[in-house]
Amino acid sequence: MLETYIPIFVVIAGGIVFGIVMVKLNEWLGPRRPTDEKLSTYESGMEPVRTARERFSVKFYMVAVLFILFDIEVVFLYPWAVAFKELGVAGYITMTVFIVILLIGLFYVWRKGALEWD
Amino acid sequence: MDLYIIVFYLFALITLASAAIVVISKNIVYSAFALLFTFFGVAGLYVLLMADFIAVTQLLIYVGGILVLLLFGVMLTTKVIRVDMRTATVRTFPAVVIVAALAGTLIGIFWSTDWPQSPASDGFERTIPQIGEMLLTSYLLPFEIASVVLLVALIGAAMIARRERKAL
Repeated sequence: MLETYIPIFVVIAGGIVFGIVMVKLNEWLGPRRPTDEKLSTYESGMEPVRTARERFSVKFYMVAVLFILFDIEVVFLYPWAVAFKELGVAGYITMTVFIVILLIGLFYVWRKGALEWD
Repeated sequence: MDLYIIVFYLFALITLASAAIVVISKNIVYSAFALLFTFFGVAGLYVLLMADFIAVTQLLIYVGGILVLLLFGVMLTTKVIRVDMRTATVRTFPAVVIVAALAGTLIGIFWSTDWPQSPASDGFERTIPQIGEMLLTSYLLPFEIASVVLLVALIGAAMIARRERKAL
């Protein structure tokens, strides 16, 4: 029943409370003597020259798409793995077909060079 | 079941409030981040419906994947520096017509549907083995078509996102 989920809710609530409490405690207890230097953006000791909010490279998008596709594949694999014994050989064959179709896609993307970060 | 009702309204509130922010916010980045809480609230509602697998899938795919993709989409398409990433109200009249039709349909379905009140089950039912069995027996064709759809998405993304490189 739903009691199984109580630990998850406790962890989520604890995480939220901890985050807020730590930030507020720091604000309340810590000394605040801001100078121009302190308030400037930290950039590994370099002088920050312009905004960091630029357009992202399309390569990141490709990585995200690949992630989602194989994420979905894993989601399909999981119920199959749980019911593996009941499904038997027929289930094994259909899942192999499923994976092979996706593998074709993976090899296509591989050959296209989409997995390389140049 | 009192706690159940409280938790339900909590998640419903999270979902609706963040969905309202998604629509109302002028800054599209804020909209994208508010969508995180909408997806999370929906996952909570799935848990209350005892659909544990769907809830985990919601978190894994929507929160973990789709949202990242949306954020990348925002970062990719807008010229962040010169043009403000802002949403505007355009084409009000067609939008009102479409939304009215959609809302009317949904409300009509809501009223005409007979909502069954199932008896509270006394054990935690494991839905995942049943999903696995149904997926690979009764719903085999949709399952295999899903792999073809994923393949198309994979090839489409590779075609759009990458410049053609010389064949190996």
